[in-house]
Amino acid sequence: MATAFIPPNLRPLTGGIDRCAVTGANVRQVIAELETRFPGIAHHLRQGDALSPGLALVIDGVVASRGLWTAVPPTCEIHFLPAIAGG
Amino acid sequence: MATIEDQKTKTEYKVLGTRPIRHDGTDKVTGRAIYGNDVRMTGLVHGRVLRSPHAHAKIKSIDTRAAEAMPGVLAVVTSAHLEPMKDKVAFLGEGSVNLHDLTQNILARGKVFYRGQAVAAVAALTPHLAEEALERIRVEYEPLPAVTWILDAMKPDAPILHEHLRLDANGKQGNKPTNIAKHIQFELGDVAAGFAKADVIIEREFKTASVHQGYIEPHVATALWNQDGHVKIWSSTQGSFTCRQQTAELLGLPVSRVTVVPTEIGGGFGGKIRVYLEPVAAILSRQCGRPVKVSMSRADCFEGTGPTPGSFIRVKLGATKEGRLVAGEAWLAYDAGAFPAGIIGPGCMCIFACYDIPNAKVDGFDVCVNKPNTAAYRAPGATNAAFACETVIDEIALALKLDPLEFRLKNAAREGTRRVDGPVYPRIGLVETIQAALAHPHYRAPLEGKNRGRGVAVGYWFNIGLKSSAAANVNPDGTVSLIEGSTDIGGTRTSAAMQLAETLGIRAEEVLPQVGDTDSVGYTDVTGGSRVTFATGWACYEVGLDIRRQMAERAAMLWECAPHEVEFDAGTFRRNGDAMTFRELAGRLGETGGPVVGRATVDPHGSGGAFAVNIVDVEVDDETGKVSIQRFTAIQDAGKAIHPSYVEGQIQGGSAQGIGWALNEEYFYDDQGRMRNASFLDYRMPTAYDLPMIDAVIVEVPNPGHPYGVRGVGEVPIVPPPAALAVAIHRAVGVRMTELPMSPPKVFAAIAKARSDK
Repeated sequence: MATAFIPPNLRPLTGGIDRCAVTGANVRQVIAELETRFPGIAHHLRQGDALSPGLALVIDGVVASRGLWTAVPPTCEIHFLPAIAGG
Repeated sequence: MATIEDQKTKTEYKVLGTRPIRHDGTDKVTGRAIYGNDVRMTGLVHGRVLRSPHAHAKIKSIDTRAAEAMPGVLAVVTSAHLEPMKDKVAFLGEGSVNLHDLTQNILARGKVFYRGQAVAAVAALTPHLAEEALERIRVEYEPLPAVTWILDAMKPDAPILHEHLRLDANGKQGNKPTNIAKHIQFELGDVAAGFAKADVIIEREFKTASVHQGYIEPHVATALWNQDGHVKIWSSTQGSFTCRQQTAELLGLPVSRVTVVPTEIGGGFGGKIRVYLEPVAAILSRQCGRPVKVSMSRADCFEGTGPTPGSFIRVKLGATKEGRLVAGEAWLAYDAGAFPAGIIGPGCMCIFACYDIPNAKVDGFDVCVNKPNTAAYRAPGATNAAFACETVIDEIALALKLDPLEFRLKNAAREGTRRVDGPVYPRIGLVETIQAALAHPHYRAPLEGKNRGRGVAVGYWFNIGLKSSAAANVNPDGTVSLIEGSTDIGGTRTSAAMQLAETLGIRAEEVLPQVGDTDSVGYTDVTGGSRVTFATGWACYEVGLDIRRQMAERAAMLWECAPHEVEFDAGTFRRNGDAMTFRELAGRLGETGGPVVGRATVDPHGSGGAFAVNIVDVEVDDETGKVSIQRFTAIQDAGKAIHPSYVEGQIQGGSAQGIGWALNEEYFYDDQGRMRNASFLDYRMPTAYDLPMIDAVIVEVPNPGHPYGVRGVGEVPIVPPPAALAVAIHRAVGVRMTELPMSPPKVFAAIAKARSDK
């Protein structure tokens, strides 16, 4: 099962839980799943059909660029991190 | 989708790793290359921008009538000529920009947030007329108190820039306006328990000044708003497509109505991604019906474009007496300048990125101040963070009486290490890079003489992937014309061409690369994030595979066999004893169906991080505080060095900029928020007189996420120099420098204080 890591500043919404198992096939479904468990969290993770501005999605250490439509492998780590723009 | 083929196991290349003469070399050394300011066309007129003299003020009125009445003045524009933007975010590949803030930065609306902010612009027949017209624009300001230092801006009674920001200094959303735009937090393990296990704990505070990217070519843009409503822009930009997107959004046009032609670029380093002049030149052209060129002076660049953030950082690290790091804590505040910025994020992610620290916590704050909106600068945010972390690492190594590099090696991040921000590293090359430093003769070389010292430091940068496109046409003479979308900085068109040449088994000189405009090549993200040789190179590799597939079909036609029976090896197509070189087959395309065009677009993800180590020797003049660098060795993992000379050039260039940041460069502000050194006479960048030969050592730990093992190389070399120099100064004269730049007055003051404390 995949594991979604909760950014520390959103953990007040999860009662301090820092990660949880998720079953969604893509990131959109994963965020919906998180919203069901932790109401209000989706607002911080997505804006309409896109990830929230300034957020990057990292799956198993690799930045994924397809946003909510990124497929989630059955066993992986999902991280929501600050987006990086280089110089 | 991009693919990785058999190259992962290929160890011997014919083109990669060689040093061909760059394709654009002749034009650049003879002065024939077309840079932004070389754009000429019939009817061209000249634009200039009026900038705020105040660091913070309300704009009560702008009267442009006197300027408009001047003979030879063709247009005067203010923010009234741009549609107000809502709080909307435009995505620029991985980064994004808030269009409301961006339009305010282009031409101020109602308020100015920093001295140098654009307020109005003029187009006139000559540059001098335009400048004269600026003087006739009457702007009535109501000055407001300004704040330029981060910690002052975080105080409860600080002057407020934006009423809508409500984060308090604890990162909580409050009811009162503040200057804090963002709070970032990372946690790993149990920090309190980690520190409880530590035998040595060291905590220090650091300050760094704002520094500018210092590109030698000031910003310049030319725009022609055609009668058919199509806007064409020639710009010195790091990304033609992101320039197009920002400009179209600000002008309220679909992107299909804007074409951006990237000119050659005289440096960017992250400072030429956000638009400044392009929309202004466009609306001036719309107003006057002529092509308009707008350029900046050096002072405009300093005062009106993004420097890198000034910062305040507190770092606490704990280690066991066996030399194992067990806990870390960092608190970072980066100034965003006038509008929220995004550099605090990577700063927080990089600060402990070189180490395997099981328990760590990082808090970061993005803080608005009355300075230009900060922008990316080579590994944005990482240099500030490394200066702080590496200095404390050195102190701990000394306290434990351990060799500083051995201590780093013992605690180095490697494959499987979990970073403080969460992800686990794939195969990385930090261990090999530190080992190369340990084995380098410089590290053990005798260091003699008064007030001389040696320092080491390491640095990390993520590198990024993003989207790239390329297409190539096979010519009848066996050459290949390549068009790709990445603005060439540092010789990237050649490193991309070399990867195509390798894939096709031809010489680098037989690929003829050029950079396309937004109408002639597929979408390509910015030249930044150390991504071009990685991602655009990958696109060229895919182009090569596409050409090989098509050429095999042509060979099969001539040999009357199935395409899968045709093999390709080292530039030759073969089948059952028949053989044709790439060039021979290229000459027969006309009789087998016509031209062959290969094309590819990629969006690769496995960019792989980059690590660098510096060894530096200095001599400190204890009567003046001047630091002279005696020897400098920069060691870096490049994955696979496609063109070693360019990799060395990036290492040397980045190191030189890191040295400038460390020793001299800074924005000086007076108490009114005015920059007092907005020229290269007073803003002290290093010159050839200040620098020794920088010995660049390339380590190659192939990136498993790229067909040729490439890692980006352009950014990480700027990361370790300030920390390495601070350590070297400590070894030379016994003082710990915790503030950048370590300019002569500061070093002298530190020496004097140390002497008086004795």
